[in-house]
Amino acid sequence: MILHTLLDYDVLRFIWWILLGVLLVGFAITDGFDLGTGILLPFAAKTDLERRVVINTIGPVWEGNQVWLILGGGAIFAAWPQLYAVSFSGFYLAMAAILLALILRPVGFKYRSKRDSVKWRSAWDWALFVGGFVPALVLGVAMGNVLQGVPFRLAPDMQIFYEGGFFGLLNPFALLAGLVSVAMLVMHGASWLALKTDGAVAVRARRFGIVAAITTIALYAVAGLALWGFIDGYRITSEIITTGPSNPLFKTVEAQAGGAWFANYAAHPWTIAAPLAGFAGAFLALLGLLRRREGWTMIFSSVSISGIVLSVGASMFPFILPSSIQPQASLTVWDASSSHMTLFIMLVGTCVFLPIILVYTSWVYKVLWGKVDSKEISGGKSHAY
Amino acid sequence: MDLDVVGLSRLQFALTALYHFLFIPLTLGLSILVAIMETVYVMTGRTIWRQMTKFWGTLFGINFAIGVSTGLVMEFQFGMNWSYYSHYVGDVFGAPLALEGLMAFFLEATFVGMFFFGWDRLSKVAHLVVTWLVALGSNLSALWILIANGWMQNPVGATLNPQTMRMEVSDFYAVITNPVAQAKFVHTTSAGYLVASMFVLGVSAFYLLRGRHVEVARRSMTVAAAFGLAASLSVVVLGDESGYLSSEHQKMKLAAIEGMWHTEPAPASFTAFGFPDQAARKTHYSIHIPWVMGLIGTRSLTGEVPGIYELVKLADLRIRQGIVSYDALEQIRALKGRGPVPPELTARFEEHSAVLGYALLLKRYVDDPRQATDAQIALAAGDTVPQVAPLFWSFRVMVGLGMYFILFTAVFFYLSAKRKLDAYPWLLKVAVWSIPLPWIAAEAGWIVAELGRQPWAVEGVLPTAVAVSNLGIQAVLITLIGFVVLYTVLLFVEMKLMMKAINKGPEPDHAASPGAASPLIGATPALRTAPMISTE
Repeated sequence: MILHTLLDYDVLRFIWWILLGVLLVGFAITDGFDLGTGILLPFAAKTDLERRVVINTIGPVWEGNQVWLILGGGAIFAAWPQLYAVSFSGFYLAMAAILLALILRPVGFKYRSKRDSVKWRSAWDWALFVGGFVPALVLGVAMGNVLQGVPFRLAPDMQIFYEGGFFGLLNPFALLAGLVSVAMLVMHGASWLALKTDGAVAVRARRFGIVAAITTIALYAVAGLALWGFIDGYRITSEIITTGPSNPLFKTVEAQAGGAWFANYAAHPWTIAAPLAGFAGAFLALLGLLRRREGWTMIFSSVSISGIVLSVGASMFPFILPSSIQPQASLTVWDASSSHMTLFIMLVGTCVFLPIILVYTSWVYKVLWGKVDSKEISGGKSHAY
Repeated sequence: MDLDVVGLSRLQFALTALYHFLFIPLTLGLSILVAIMETVYVMTGRTIWRQMTKFWGTLFGINFAIGVSTGLVMEFQFGMNWSYYSHYVGDVFGAPLALEGLMAFFLEATFVGMFFFGWDRLSKVAHLVVTWLVALGSNLSALWILIANGWMQNPVGATLNPQTMRMEVSDFYAVITNPVAQAKFVHTTSAGYLVASMFVLGVSAFYLLRGRHVEVARRSMTVAAAFGLAASLSVVVLGDESGYLSSEHQKMKLAAIEGMWHTEPAPASFTAFGFPDQAARKTHYSIHIPWVMGLIGTRSLTGEVPGIYELVKLADLRIRQGIVSYDALEQIRALKGRGPVPPELTARFEEHSAVLGYALLLKRYVDDPRQATDAQIALAAGDTVPQVAPLFWSFRVMVGLGMYFILFTAVFFYLSAKRKLDAYPWLLKVAVWSIPLPWIAAEAGWIVAELGRQPWAVEGVLPTAVAVSNLGIQAVLITLIGFVVLYTVLLFVEMKLMMKAINKGPEPDHAASPGAASPLIGATPALRTAPMISTE
């Protein structure tokens, strides 16, 4: 099979770096609003009926949304095996916390309404809160750590050794990144609830959304300044070979203070679009919430979280996962990918199936279009949770 | 199995996989049964079939939710607990997992919401298409995960790249068309269809015994008996195919299943019963059936099935050959991609690169396999024998149950054809008590396949002990306890909800009356205190 040589190795690697961004954005936009909705559940909805309305806004779609995370795991495994191996084993307990929290969600949605007891239902409401809050926080904390470099080293046979514990993850900058993540997903969830509900829930959601949008803008700005002032970036010091074998140890790298993570924005000014979208999207979502333009709010909120996620990638390029204790072992776009053939096969699969997925997902959202009505829920039509 | 990081990681993987595999077979089969029922409804317009679709669909939904979330755990665990594995074979193994997400998970997970929420929003035919897409998605996901698993059993289409120190795809077509994967796919999905058929038969039998929902129960049984008979025949035939393929690709697994310590003159006999003793390398009190093993393993009367002693000797030789290849590999790697590799070095690496994995078995005893002593090589060769007794027994449980399922589904198929399903109450009681049996067979099948693969993570390529992440023992203990506690609670909740839904039974189908489809409104106190399933 020589078909894969139609595309050069470095081109494929760059495409897969873009697709990594697409997957993360897909996850943040779709699963993001239902994680945010889960966080808001105990606060935006007070009565049992209100809470059921909230759950039913995401009831038909959360399973599909969560597949973005599963696909993210699978695609990183296939296209960036070293990234998958280092990050998932390095962030071991954090990943386990995400998994345990996420397991609460499906069962929460399904089981909450199966019994009438108030205690049963309120227990599941808090389980759903945890199921939204923990992944939102931990994924942000993980991003914050990636930006600082992670304490792992690679042995010559590529065995991975991670030398920081769980609590090492909880440093001030990483926690700040975690709060940015929570704030933006609460903004996103609130935008969703404003769109899909009416009455008291929508009013409360709008209020939370306004606070969350302002918080997102403020925390993202603070995180940017902290990144500039306090966080070392990394730089490849050897010749950059973009089509070489995927062995991180073939290069040399050094840490560099003084806003090294901002060098890409100077070199390629168009990349500033990512952080700008992060700010502008949140600001316009804020306006949308104030003016009650729910459709636009949802779009701008999506733009904002896409911009925030992509700005992390754009700052670090070509780095994907820098190592703080053995900078040479840092994973980059040019030396942590799968083989030429695997990247090509996966690209073909993605080009065929991703558009199909987008089509039928849009069809489902179209069928479900409109606000979730509390009368419909209490009437028990259409198999509500 | 020692309780070090390797042992605990294996335990966690096995428990989470076995748990996940409690839900998956039912999802595989019930999705198709529900789709068949809805097809009958759409074709005949008789609303009782819609009632059946909704009822079994509700049970499907309770089961599906846990399947999804425990599946996420599986997807993440390779990287979390098996980081060297993920690095070493991710180039090959990751692709089917990603394709599974693209082709299958999105399909089933997106449309399962439509299945439940779409009754009033979609036309009859559109809803039917949605249901079939859920079934298609579930079954496609089985295809891809078994292509991945098949590669662990029979790693075709990949070569070791010395520069990156990992296996890389050389022939993706071979990975997809791996005969082991194909046999496993049909065997496993058939097992899923059987689980669902036996489940539907058992629950329906419970209704017939109670004289409740008789119309729904009878029709459900008719569908399930036919489907179950086809599935049970397919399970056994493809199980036999798997056995034949093991004799080609995993001789040690087959010998261990058999408790066959020495090569017998062809055709080998089958040990129907006995007590394998790993320490003494003997099977006590064994009862042999002549010729059968030779026929299963080689499909001939002249082919030899090698015994464990001989295979250990072979492993010893392969380890020594692997060391030669490993030495060449290290010399190539020392060049660090700078300058050309001398051709004789490449030749020496490639001559035995197929058994290089055997040299890695020594890593348990010595950092550099080239420094291994004869004693260490003997130890490593001995490690290639999996735990014989659990394999021996799991296999016999699985096969015995398989035979029982053929008989059982054939009887019910006959009864449904004769319209005598409720003629023999004792048979209905047997059906209720048989509900758990296919699960036991399926779990036993997993144990045979995966415990039988040990000590390899990837047969002949990467030993499990090398594949593991370099984690602290506390970290693995914490997550192991976390999963066990949460999973136990969930299993308890799931079973209660299932039984409650079963006790409640199908909703009366009055399309016009609101509340008809709500699982919430109908939960009256009287039903909530109704007894759980019993054969009373």
